Amino acid sequence: MANIGVLIETDSTGVKIANYGVMTAAQGEGHQIIAFVMGIAATACTEILGRYGATQVIELSSQGENLAKSPDLQAGLIIDAVKEYHIDFLFGLCSSKGKDIMARVAAQTGAPLAQDCLSVDVAARTVVKPFFSGRTTATLQLNGSLVLCTIRPNAIEEKEAPVTAGAAVFSSARSNDGRLVIKEVKKNPSGRVDISEANIIITGGRPLGSADNFQILGKCADTLGGAVGASRVAVDLGYASHSMQVGQTGKTVSPRLYVACGLSGSVQHFAGMKTAKVIVAINNDKDAPIFQKCDYGIIGDLFEVVPALTEALAKR
Amino acid sequence: MKAYVCMKHVPDTAASIKIVGGKQIDETVKYIISPHDEYAIEEAVRLVEKKGGEVVLVTLAKEAAMATIRTALALGPHRAILVRIDQTFLDSQDTARILAKVIADDGPADIIFAGKQAMDTEGMQTCYRLGAALDMPVVTDVVRFDPAEGKAMVEREIGGGEKEVIEISFPCVIGATKGLNEPRFPKLPDVMKAKKKDVKLIDLKSLNLQLDNSVQVIHLDSVSERSKAKIIGGSTGEAVRELVRILREEEKVLD
Ligand SMILES: Cc1cc2nc3c(=O)[nH]c(=O)nc-3n(C[C@H](O)[C@H](O)[C@H](O)COP(=O)(O)OP(=O)(O)OC[C@H]3O[C@@H](n4cnc5c(N)ncnc54)[C@H](O)[C@@H]3O)c2cc1C
Repeated sequence: MANIGVLIETDSTGVKIANYGVMTAAQGEGHQIIAFVMGIAATACTEILGRYGATQVIELSSQGENLAKSPDLQAGLIIDAVKEYHIDFLFGLCSSKGKDIMARVAAQTGAPLAQDCLSVDVAARTVVKPFFSGRTTATLQLNGSLVLCTIRPNAIEEKEAPVTAGAAVFSSARSNDGRLVIKEVKKNPSGRVDISEANIIITGGRPLGSADNFQILGKCADTLGGAVGASRVAVDLGYASHSMQVGQTGKTVSPRLYVACGLSGSVQHFAGMKTAKVIVAINNDKDAPIFQKCDYGIIGDLFEVVPALTEALAKR
Repeated sequence: MKAYVCMKHVPDTAASIKIVGGKQIDETVKYIISPHDEYAIEEAVRLVEKKGGEVVLVTLAKEAAMATIRTALALGPHRAILVRIDQTFLDSQDTARILAKVIADDGPADIIFAGKQAMDTEGMQTCYRLGAALDMPVVTDVVRFDPAEGKAMVEREIGGGEKEVIEISFPCVIGATKGLNEPRFPKLPDVMKAKKKDVKLIDLKSLNLQLDNSVQVIHLDSVSERSKAKIIGGSTGEAVRELVRILREEEKVLD
């Protein structure tokens, strides 16, 4: 019998879809899965989280303190809940927020943590995760009475394991020491999904030539319900923002579909997206290295192919 | 202002990684400053250029890291400390405790910069553990750093182009990422000066720390690249229609 905790990420729509893979990773024979949520009522999440195997959904609530302003306070509350529910394996999502909070929990407890895992064996306490920017994977053994891991978004295919979930509230008296305070969150005007959690990504490279031209990709992404990414060169030349960069010094993504438009296929770029399920390249050079390491290719000028693709998608 | 920068010495980002004996790698490849650490070095150097003080580089590695340390010293830090270890992989908790001890003995630190993640083990947690060990607040994925009296306003990337604006008090740990600054290129005189800068060698054993080894590498596996793409031919119109058909019907990645 293992007590598994899963830290669930929510947004304005409720439980984010990216959590389903994390819940799936936590499932197993004799696993009692307890899902922790913050800033949303547990009862609002029991149906969906029960479908993926949670027997209990616990809302973590601070006694009057503003949790949203302090990640350390959030971590403290999670630590108290982990003790209360005798959790021995805590899962989270390797998103910007998830990896930050889980690292805080790990640092404050001294518990071992593996971030960005591709698979987990709960009984053996081993995980598989990328090393050397995806050039290898490493199988790691985590030793401790409490161990932590975060799962790469979209890396684990979701599987339902329905049970009936109960709901409860947990709170503990912690306060913010004021040394770190989140003052404000600056929103992104585009409103598109974050690339690290997107299921479909269309990325542009150097030949895009300007920020304006990136709108060609934006239109295609909107038709697909996807996000727009960029190569490092495109970012450094000012065509796209840093938050859109995919690769070794950018974001790591694992969508089910990745469409690379005008990218040569550098090792550093592939470090960030090679775990995508299907990779398509659009490039006007038939000898471009990217065609040697992707699934499908169209040889042609992206300025013609991408709008045609958008049109073909819109017609479906 | 006494600023520390934790720097890791890692295989070149383009080097092919050859696995030796299941859980080691061929270390004869070219090594570099872990890319995110370059932003950490640059920000520390700029801060001290503005406020005065000293930038101390701290590295935990085998002695071969000396060359990488000299490269880093050419970017502006005043001196360096190399904690010599024998193992290739050391878990994040042990790494942070060692760094904390060395910095506390040499310090106290007003601020510590590091990269948000190392390019080899991709642990994404050493900054936090270091902060906990030294009782300092921590923020990583930092893309903007504005120091003020006793504190700083920083911006942290949280994905999807959103940013958190955070006030953090000194002393603190800052995890740098791309976008924070544009690292300088060293000039020849800087490279020459770097050769003479002080590098203190400390043997891990002399620190008398009990290591936890709570995370162990059991084995490494290389990740193979995909094979050649299936090229979809025909006119542009035909090619995109065929692509959409394949993605929908065969790959089932489109609804
Ligand atoms: C330490 C380090 C870290 C790095 N990190 C990253 C990273 O995180 N992410 C990243 O992306 N890169 C990274 N790089 C850079 C990487 O090495 C490459 O330089 C970069 O990815 C190339 O970008 P690109 O593919 O957009 O441009 P290019 O390499 O210039 O390729 C452009 C491609 O577009 C094709 N093309 C040109 N015109 C058209 C057209 N009209 N239609 C269709 N195709 C066209 C060309 O045939 C070519 O293949 C890093 C490098 C280093 C050294």
